[in-house]
Amino acid sequence: MDLNLTEDQETICEVFAAFFDGETGPARARSAEPLGFDATAWERLLETGAPGMGVAEAVGGGGASLADLAVVATEAGSRIAPLPLVDHIVTTRLLARLADPSACNDDVLAGSAIVGLALRPATRGIARTVPNGAVAHRVVALDGDRLVIDQHTDNLLDAHLANHGCLPLAHRDLADAETLAEGPAAVAAHARAVDEWRTLTAATLVGMAREALVLGVNYVKEREQFGRPVGSFQAVQHLLADLPGLIDGAHLLTAKAAWAGDRATAGIAGTLDVDANDVTDFPVLAAMSLVAAGEAAVLATDRSLHVHGGYGFSEEYDIQLYYRRARALTWLLDDPARECRRLAGMFLAADDNRLAASAHHDSPQANPETGRS
Amino acid sequence: MDFSLGERTEAFRVEVRAFLDEHLTADVIERMHASGTFNDKDFNGALAEAGLLAGAVPGYGDRDPIELYVLFNELEKAGAPYDGLAVTMLVAGVIHAMGTDFHHTEVLERLLTGEFNCCLGYSEPDHGSDVAAITTKAVRDGDEWVIDGQKMWTTMAHEADWVILLTRTNPDVPKHKGLTMFLVPMGLPGIEVQPVPTMASERTNATFYSGVRVGDEWRLGEVDGGWAVMGVALAFERGVMGGTNPAVPLLNHVRNWAAEAPSPDGGTMLDDPLLRERLARTAMANQVSQLLTLRAAWIAATGGLPGLEGSMAKLYATERYQQAVGWFQQMAGAEGLLSFGVDGAAADGWIDYDGRHSPVVTIYGGTTEINRNNVAERHLGLPRAR
Repeated sequence: MDLNLTEDQETICEVFAAFFDGETGPARARSAEPLGFDATAWERLLETGAPGMGVAEAVGGGGASLADLAVVATEAGSRIAPLPLVDHIVTTRLLARLADPSACNDDVLAGSAIVGLALRPATRGIARTVPNGAVAHRVVALDGDRLVIDQHTDNLLDAHLANHGCLPLAHRDLADAETLAEGPAAVAAHARAVDEWRTLTAATLVGMAREALVLGVNYVKEREQFGRPVGSFQAVQHLLADLPGLIDGAHLLTAKAAWAGDRATAGIAGTLDVDANDVTDFPVLAAMSLVAAGEAAVLATDRSLHVHGGYGFSEEYDIQLYYRRARALTWLLDDPARECRRLAGMFLAADDNRLAASAHHDSPQANPETGRS
Repeated sequence: MDFSLGERTEAFRVEVRAFLDEHLTADVIERMHASGTFNDKDFNGALAEAGLLAGAVPGYGDRDPIELYVLFNELEKAGAPYDGLAVTMLVAGVIHAMGTDFHHTEVLERLLTGEFNCCLGYSEPDHGSDVAAITTKAVRDGDEWVIDGQKMWTTMAHEADWVILLTRTNPDVPKHKGLTMFLVPMGLPGIEVQPVPTMASERTNATFYSGVRVGDEWRLGEVDGGWAVMGVALAFERGVMGGTNPAVPLLNHVRNWAAEAPSPDGGTMLDDPLLRERLARTAMANQVSQLLTLRAAWIAATGGLPGLEGSMAKLYATERYQQAVGWFQQMAGAEGLLSFGVDGAAADGWIDYDGRHSPVVTIYGGTTEINRNNVAERHLGLPRAR
């Protein structure tokens, strides 16, 4: 049990905090609207090696663990960096894990060619609302049981879908896409990548929630009404006092998910026993972390905006930038309620299987929708 | 970060679970709920005999705070009677940290046998959250002190051998500076215990002190230094010693009930999408509560005093527990209202039990609002609101 960052992670944290402070931040996020991509900052990011850092050294990457990457994502999230870093990193890791990792070429590792992931399976040959679809040169998607990668198109920016969080969303047509893998292996590779996206997006949301709380606290310390700082009123204090535990809890859960993901990569099986509150299973923790971090970020931005009074929703103040991005990132993949139902299917099925095994019956094949065989 | 407990702690957990398999019988649990006294001296004695009790004293022996967390967490998850034990062991921890040789010999060593108990005498009828304003008086008379006053919420007083009693020894200084703590033997003349029944199945008490004479050797900490003793006691109480995973047995009871209970919509309640969503939210909150508590234990294990982190853990865990109980009792409908031993009671009455118990945990040991004040003032740096 050790809740400190490793020495390497301390360094990563410092380096990227300085980078995102210098090259990104609310002002840059505002000027990057509505697309949500700062090309200059991305150019500078290439110099840090961040785009390829999540890929194993043997395949030419930086060899960073999921836990390391979560540290970077939190720093990016706290500055709402308009950079498609999480999507790019998750996709490079997916490509590098394939039997043929050649799509993860030098341009992709360097970040001069941006790649992205369609989170939801394609419908009628279209990958819809790809998170960085308006800026990614190539997008990986699941089409039926085929994992495919689409071709670069020239009119990317025209495809941008104006949206709540000013994210670079776009639909992508997979008509000319080439197949990377097929069958259960393809489905599993996509599922693993989406779990990594859940974890790193949760880490991003933790950063957003933290900074939103700081914005709210700083504002109520300065703003005076009735002759005193509004932060001296208990009604205001208690709105904010719920947040540190919620945010720290989401942070711990996200860090645990990343730790479990790295253990899964190393071939260590996780446990899933909710009756004893013993959970080290990566897919379950990844889903839980996104639900928890989304809840923390949605509530933190809501309360922080509220204590700003009318200034909270004016474009001049930064909290509205956080408010919209927190919701967009939390709800982009799916309704958290549906994520929870999927989670329940996972742990109830695991328990059914364990009970069946202990009763010396054959393990039933559980239906993931109902958890019943 | 590393979230594995480590070999030694895992081995300790296996030991605790094996103990519970053997000693936590249906009988013990039934006795606890029938009597309303969440303390079982035979069970505590067996813990002592198994060598597990010394590890239950914060700061004592070679058990670290993470093992202390593991012990109470396993007791809580298993539904064992541990409330009396937790209070007793927290007093043992305070004695270990601040007591004299006399306190060690007379009290601590006996507490470690599992056959003796302590209770907490802080709150009074007119002073709860504002505990520094208490008025129970201790007046010096030669080598003795004479105590007069009344305490409230002295849970376990009817079982206890000593009360750790917060008194006012100086009314002429700011309220925090005139307090002195005593360990008072409950058998002394002038002490009276009256039961206070509660809507939760647990019984508590009011205790009365009338001309109680106690020697100066029973004083714990400095004269007028009682607030410092309270600081240590509260840091032990919040977070690490149980109380932050009550929704683990709840989840277990509810999903077992739901697997069998027919749904008015057809199928069983376990097919109900909203119930499934809420089971998952509860499982998630259980993980978060565990992690926030482990963080507090880890801070203590690495030499810190996790007061604020304990407040955050208690705030999160108790509010989520109360919310989850509300969801499940509502979803169980009429059967969710039925009590232990009643024909047709959902989850054999456990949902009704949790519905009665959950409002208690957001109040005792520092209310939700007191914990929010702590976080607002000491963590967020906002001005004092009082």
